[in-house]
Amino acid sequence: MTQTAARPMAGSRRGGRDEAAATTRARRGRVGQETTNWTTMVILLLCSLTVLVPLYVTISMSLKTTAQAVDGNAFSLPTPIDFSGFAEAWQLTNFPRAFVISVLITAATVAGTVLLAALASYAIVRNWERRLFRWSFFYLLAAMFLPFPVVALPQIQLTGLTGLANPVGVTILHIMFQLSFSILLFTAFLRSIPLELEESARMDGATTGQTFRKLIFPLLAPMGATVAIFAFLASWNDFMMPSLIIADSSLQTVPVVQSIFQTQFSNNYNVSFASYLMAMAPAIIVYLFAQRWVLEGVTQGAVKG
Amino acid sequence: MTTPIAPASVAAGRLVDTAEHGHVDHLAGAHNRRGRPKTDPIYYWFLIPTLALFTLAITVPAILGIFYSFTNFIGFGEWEIIGLTNYIAVFSDPAIISSYAFTFGFAFVTVILVNVIAFLLAVGLTSRIKLKSTLRAVFVIPMVISGIVIAYVFNFLFSNSLPAFGQAIGSGWLSESILANPNLAWLGVVIVTAWQSIPGTLLIYIAGLLSIPGEVYEAADIDGASALNRLFSVTLPLVAGYVVINVILGFKNYLNAYDIIVGLTNGGPGTATRSIAMTIFTGFTGGDYAYQMANATIFFIIAVLISVLQLRLTRGRAAIS
Repeated sequence: MTQTAARPMAGSRRGGRDEAAATTRARRGRVGQETTNWTTMVILLLCSLTVLVPLYVTISMSLKTTAQAVDGNAFSLPTPIDFSGFAEAWQLTNFPRAFVISVLITAATVAGTVLLAALASYAIVRNWERRLFRWSFFYLLAAMFLPFPVVALPQIQLTGLTGLANPVGVTILHIMFQLSFSILLFTAFLRSIPLELEESARMDGATTGQTFRKLIFPLLAPMGATVAIFAFLASWNDFMMPSLIIADSSLQTVPVVQSIFQTQFSNNYNVSFASYLMAMAPAIIVYLFAQRWVLEGVTQGAVKG
Repeated sequence: MTTPIAPASVAAGRLVDTAEHGHVDHLAGAHNRRGRPKTDPIYYWFLIPTLALFTLAITVPAILGIFYSFTNFIGFGEWEIIGLTNYIAVFSDPAIISSYAFTFGFAFVTVILVNVIAFLLAVGLTSRIKLKSTLRAVFVIPMVISGIVIAYVFNFLFSNSLPAFGQAIGSGWLSESILANPNLAWLGVVIVTAWQSIPGTLLIYIAGLLSIPGEVYEAADIDGASALNRLFSVTLPLVAGYVVINVILGFKNYLNAYDIIVGLTNGGPGTATRSIAMTIFTGFTGGDYAYQMANATIFFIIAVLISVLQLRLTRGRAAIS
């Protein structure tokens, strides 16, 4: 597949392709074919309710008073709007602590993944003719075929033995499990960068390290954004790994805290939904700002993987 | 170097310049005895630490775990090698067999449901409609939400809102929470898993549909194909490769089901919705370490077989690779 076809969602190309498709379809047109397909659109709008209603329920429940939240009607509007659910969830779950731990794990995972994957990919692509580098590529990629449950028990055992049964251990594992996908994207992208660019830098006397830092790493930025977003989502939303690896429940991440306090929320639904909303919001906000790279990453990962 | 990207003409000029002075050692000059260009040692520093960390964090645990599956290790203390005893026991353990039956059945139903819905949505989202990018953005949201958190939200809807609706319309089986019913709880797991994984599948289908050249449809129109004809005889065969990818990737993911089940049923009622992953994790608390590692090893072999199947099916499809 050519580069263009492999990146149908990429930035400006997306618009271009959609338009191109629209014009070809318009060209084949009989009378009236250019008009909007209203039936399809209405059906799609109705389908989008399946996404929006659960989100609406989460928001409206979190803004209700405890008295209104227990009446069992999930779809009613909050009257009056009441923020005490947030205050209570904030205190009960010790949200600031869980939030800071989640942010630290996620930030370190994103930075570590982008840096290690970029360095390794660059070394692999530029030394492809060497067996060590070529085999390393397939070795690192093999982790994509390894489900976490398979290695979970030994990892729990080893992190316990090495004093890594804490957020640091989770961060290292998050980075390692994210490497395959990231290296796959980076190597594909690096192969498309013309070697002449690099040669000119070398002519100026740049070392390999300088070339990477000043030329290659900046060039990787668009793909780096995709890699970073996926590392962010995987790390922020992960429940399985921190719940098993982190031994001290006071050092748990935001998703795990939800399950720890699930029984304590009991029938204070406004408190539990406020807590759920605080857990989802960061990922949704990041998504709204970084949509393009999320869309691109899914396609790239699937097509290349 | 001052600018990150030097124009090609400048580069060419300098190539001549430096070549004359003989400074271009790492590009054209030094070769080792076997006639290959020398590798800058720093490349090893770029790769080896990551390789070492990866080996320690993933490969060593994997080998250790597989080794323990041939022992009677309970997670601590002494152990001895007992050969294939664990494996033989796994194959006759009703708890493990039922977790495989549930997980495969659930994955099978989910993969069909997800692919049918995602494909139809993708056809809709690539047709002539307004609000195209807004709709696409909305449909992708579920992908970015934590599985366990959205499972708790749906848990509330299934346990409170749906029964209230059931009572209102006087339906017997809907008046009780489907999550409390051993025969229906899996439906809840399928619905929430589908809700969360339709976006990824959808985006891959959109990419597939956009890669079909418009001329193909022109030809179909000239031949007088109906809309349904076009869908089944033109569109579907052309995105067949994408269907294969989506079905296999999805199936593999669903076999790992854990977060959503914890949030909805925690494996219950009873053990009706206990997945393979949940069974493996009991080895950590239940003193069945070696035994559950035998289970995990079998699970790993199945995952590898599915991946091999995926490579077989996707290779040789020009549309994909």
